[in-house]
Amino acid sequence: MTDPEVAEADRPTLAVRAAAPVSALGRLVLDTVGGAGRLALFALNGLSHLLRPPFYWRNFLSAFFEFAFYSLPVVALTAIFSGMVIALQSYTGFSRFNAQSAIADIVVLSVVRELGPVLAGLMVAGRVGAAMAAEIGTMRVTDQVDALGTLSTNPMKYLVAPRLLAGLLALPLLVVVADILGVMGGFIVSVVKLGFSPAAYVANTFSFVQPMDVIVGLAKAGAFGFLIALMGCYNGYHSRGGAQGVGASTTSAVVAASILILCFDYVLTEMFFSR
Amino acid sequence: MNGPTTRIGVPKIRIRGLSKSFGPKRVLDGIDLDVHPGTSTVVIGGSGSGKSVLLRCILGLIEPDAGTIEIDGVDVLAQGRRDQEATRERIGMLFQNGALFDSLPVWENVAFGLLARRKGRRMSRTAARQRAGQVLTQVGLDPSVGNLQPSELSGGMQKRVGLARAIAAQPEILFFDEPTTGLDPIMGAVIDGLIVDCVKRLGSTALAITHDMASATRIGDRAAMLYQGRLVWQGEAASLLHSGNPLVDQFTHGRREGPIGMELRR
Repeated sequence: MTDPEVAEADRPTLAVRAAAPVSALGRLVLDTVGGAGRLALFALNGLSHLLRPPFYWRNFLSAFFEFAFYSLPVVALTAIFSGMVIALQSYTGFSRFNAQSAIADIVVLSVVRELGPVLAGLMVAGRVGAAMAAEIGTMRVTDQVDALGTLSTNPMKYLVAPRLLAGLLALPLLVVVADILGVMGGFIVSVVKLGFSPAAYVANTFSFVQPMDVIVGLAKAGAFGFLIALMGCYNGYHSRGGAQGVGASTTSAVVAASILILCFDYVLTEMFFSR
Repeated sequence: MNGPTTRIGVPKIRIRGLSKSFGPKRVLDGIDLDVHPGTSTVVIGGSGSGKSVLLRCILGLIEPDAGTIEIDGVDVLAQGRRDQEATRERIGMLFQNGALFDSLPVWENVAFGLLARRKGRRMSRTAARQRAGQVLTQVGLDPSVGNLQPSELSGGMQKRVGLARAIAAQPEILFFDEPTTGLDPIMGAVIDGLIVDCVKRLGSTALAITHDMASATRIGDRAAMLYQGRLVWQGEAASLLHSGNPLVDQFTHGRREGPIGMELRR
């Protein structure tokens, strides 16, 4: 065959070219499903180490403080201003229908059911999730994770399991604070700026909120805390290629945790509040 | 080429047919290697020749595709989790960049293996701290260095602390990954001297990988050269510089012309 004939024979057929987008879609689906499977196995592996000794309490306490204590200012500020904004916006809308008295109900339900867990989750994902991915990622690319393995220490047990438990337990605590401050923000705006009676506002708040609202809000927070820790650990643990790789895994941890928080928020809301 | 079993006696580490590929790239291709008790073996080779992968396979950090790795006649690849942990307690490792834990002070880095042992063999924190001080002295550091963070140490001091961590539990087997990389020649010689001293004092078996010829001849009793995933030569470390093998000769003398250069140009 002459050269042009060879080139012609090597050229993909029309059918192959037409199938290329389908093939790309198939690869994407397989990669996504494979990634989800690897993440699930990683989570199960991490959780299984919580049930088997030894447990590294110092690592747990360090991660717990990082989650609960050092994130407190940013979560507190977010919550208080969110409560204030909801009160203002609700007033604007409800005054058209003479329903201003519902502001306390709207503030407490929005904060306790949704904004408390979601905003605290997003703030903590940006702060702690990123730090977790960066720390474990740096340990990975500088051989510290391998060094753990050579020192009779399972890295999943030492690095991942304590952080997963810390996320699971610390975010609900933060959300309790966020709930209180969010409601307080609404209270301040309603009383100081909009002229509500403090006693009536407080009475409305307590009469409308149900224990289940708080419990489900805190359960959401637990789930979000676990997801933040999981994405931080997973992305950090699989970092490759030096500083650039650690940077990429940090970004992935924050983006993935934020998206998962919003997805799981919908799923949990559908499960508990849609009836 | 000398065979892998030219010495009499049961090897401490016995590797047979070890192979590992990453995708289409075959990094290790049927490695046979014996390391005899109480001896130091150095594996030399260029960057990307598979030295680090070989070491990581032996340490259980990478799972090989084929082959066996025996320590004292026990196939470590076939061991269960608990047995593998027990085997690792008999091993010490000095990583290329020290791989010290940033979040822990130096003494806790050194004592990490003593504190992480299985229940019954684990040391108390007080005893482990005391032991860390002793080991730091052995590698030429003042015990007060134990209170510093790894980030406060120079490269040479980090290597010493890494060596202290490797020997703290008095392991039977020591592995060294490029022990002199990143150090000036004098500090490299100091580290090599410490390695030789520690290995002799503990009576350990040592396996080092390096591309530093001065270090290889100082540390090793035996040497082997890895090239394109295969061991192309094994012999006495003293004969490295006049092995008669063209690949080894070119590598040890750092010549641009030769079979390795021809491969690179292809």
